[in-house]
Amino acid sequence: MNLLALKMLLNDRAKYAGIVLGVMLASMVITQQGSIFVGLMSRTFAAITDAGGPDIWVMDPKVQFIDDTKPMQATALNRVRGVPGVAFAAPLYKGLLRVRLDNGEFQNCNVIGLDDATLTGGPPAMLEGKVEDLRRADAVIVDAVGASTRLARKPTTPGGSPVPLKVGDTMELNDRRGVVVGISLNTRSFQSQPTIYTTFSRATQFAPRERKQLTFILVNAAEGEDHDALCERISESTGLAAYTRDQFKWKTVMHFVNNTGIPINFGMAVSLGFVIGALITGFMFFSFTLDNLRFLGTLKAMGTSDRTLLRMILLQAVSVAVVGYGLGIGAAAWFGHSMSGTPLAFRMTWQLLFVAFCAVVVICMLAAMLSIRKVMKLEPAIVFKG
Amino acid sequence: MTSASTNVPAVPTAASPGREIAVRCRAVTKTYGTGNSAVKALRGVDIDVHSGELLMLVGPSGCGKTTLISVIAGVLDRDGGECTVLGEDYARMRSDAKTTFRGRNVGFVFQAFNLIPTLTIAENVSVPMLINGSPRTAAMKAAKDMLAQVGLGERVNDIPSRLSGGQQQRVAIARALVHQPRLLVCDEPTSALDHVTGQKVMELLRQVASAHELSLVVVTHDQRIFEFADRIAEMDDGHIMRITAGSGHKVAAHGAATGAGR
Repeated sequence: MNLLALKMLLNDRAKYAGIVLGVMLASMVITQQGSIFVGLMSRTFAAITDAGGPDIWVMDPKVQFIDDTKPMQATALNRVRGVPGVAFAAPLYKGLLRVRLDNGEFQNCNVIGLDDATLTGGPPAMLEGKVEDLRRADAVIVDAVGASTRLARKPTTPGGSPVPLKVGDTMELNDRRGVVVGISLNTRSFQSQPTIYTTFSRATQFAPRERKQLTFILVNAAEGEDHDALCERISESTGLAAYTRDQFKWKTVMHFVNNTGIPINFGMAVSLGFVIGALITGFMFFSFTLDNLRFLGTLKAMGTSDRTLLRMILLQAVSVAVVGYGLGIGAAAWFGHSMSGTPLAFRMTWQLLFVAFCAVVVICMLAAMLSIRKVMKLEPAIVFKG
Repeated sequence: MTSASTNVPAVPTAASPGREIAVRCRAVTKTYGTGNSAVKALRGVDIDVHSGELLMLVGPSGCGKTTLISVIAGVLDRDGGECTVLGEDYARMRSDAKTTFRGRNVGFVFQAFNLIPTLTIAENVSVPMLINGSPRTAAMKAAKDMLAQVGLGERVNDIPSRLSGGQQQRVAIARALVHQPRLLVCDEPTSALDHVTGQKVMELLRQVASAHELSLVVVTHDQRIFEFADRIAEMDDGHIMRITAGSGHKVAAHGAATGAGR
């Protein structure tokens, strides 16, 4: 009977296509919009991701997210180093500085100053040059996207492409000269400003003079040390805020979730996908059941139990759920892949696929419920009515 | 309650004497709706159907024919009276037991054939076997054998819409018989067919009833097929008004001699 149920569904091609289309639409919209949302949210903590190694980030207690810089006194570094369980602590400068290009234009850039001795928190990968080149005079490293877009020079010919910044080029930061010694490969950031790496001491020279210039302290815990416990210990000892890498990422994401309309916008798009998918699927599936009501009544009259009919309808619903879901996530994945070279944020995670699958199952079960209710109430005597 | 049929004794026919009673209804009542809108479809029906007998239920529209075969087939619950089918009383059965009983013992032939349009005719015919738990391969083999018996052995992979009305009704008959039921209920089996095709379908049913000791209850308006009945029960206003002998046994004997319906 299971095979017959599937054949009844598959051979009614127009209805089957309609039902699958509804599920696919819902699955695609939920996955695609969800992936863009996750991609955008991932970009909010791009600087934390790119800093790599440190187990713990220490900062002023008022800091809300990675770009919310509230510098600390330089003495904070030594106080953190003195906390038991801290194996290593390095300073990190992070600030938004105005860069003057050699054509006279200005561009705001994220300047990250790395510990002079260890260069901790440097770029995740280099396209050209080495991180160690930062030890050269006036050295800066520029991220590849920034170098080829906002920091690129004007085309040499009218209508031509901008000329990307390259190793050896110079720029001006706060009246000081910077020489590009490398091009790094970074995660795209939420604000999409170019990222410039330099040493901590040079960054504090680039930055306008302030009494406090230590933005973050990057901490590595001693071997075997519990990171959460160490965070608590640092906070208690220094009065500063200390978060593990993942905690700080979540704090950053939650700041954007709570303080911007982004989740609402994407939530509405996802909800719309769910509702439209559910309506199309529910209508088409119910219509399919109504079309087959006489035959379902015939099966019932001929001795098919309610349980078997229930199983047949659920099987039909599950089969359209699986096919529609597969096509939907396939379409979303294709979209993401085709946009991979663009600035579009797109990150499809297994959690998102799971959520989309659950949504599709709910949609199909809702659609099936309507049909099941109709079939369970169906009197087999209907078969003798004209 | 006395029904009209008790005043008009059943006419003995060649089909009935000494044969087992397959269906026995006494004072069966059925009312649709309640209060002022209540419609009494059956007002105390008494009727027997014997094994191997073809009983036709005739009468004007709304007289209760369809309600009566629905009650006999076990797809509709009666309100009152007694009705035993193959020795069992539906009223004493649980719903799932009734469904199982129906699946094993009752075959259905419908006016509009009710073949599932998206399945091949072999798959359609295999449905009763599958309902009764037969493996798919066995069910398909039995379906093909039965289709061969009704002269459609070459069309097993066609879908119903590719067949003529008469062929579709033969498929429906094959579906009704494939699981070897003991009672066949037919609702206007020839009304959608032309005269010649209708005659052939009835010859087939007549032959099957005789060959397998199958009890047939046929609801019809089609006077041209009355000749195939062993007995004809005329209904009106929820009563059996009269039961007369038909010439079905002669037709069966003639059909057997000439090979009609093959």
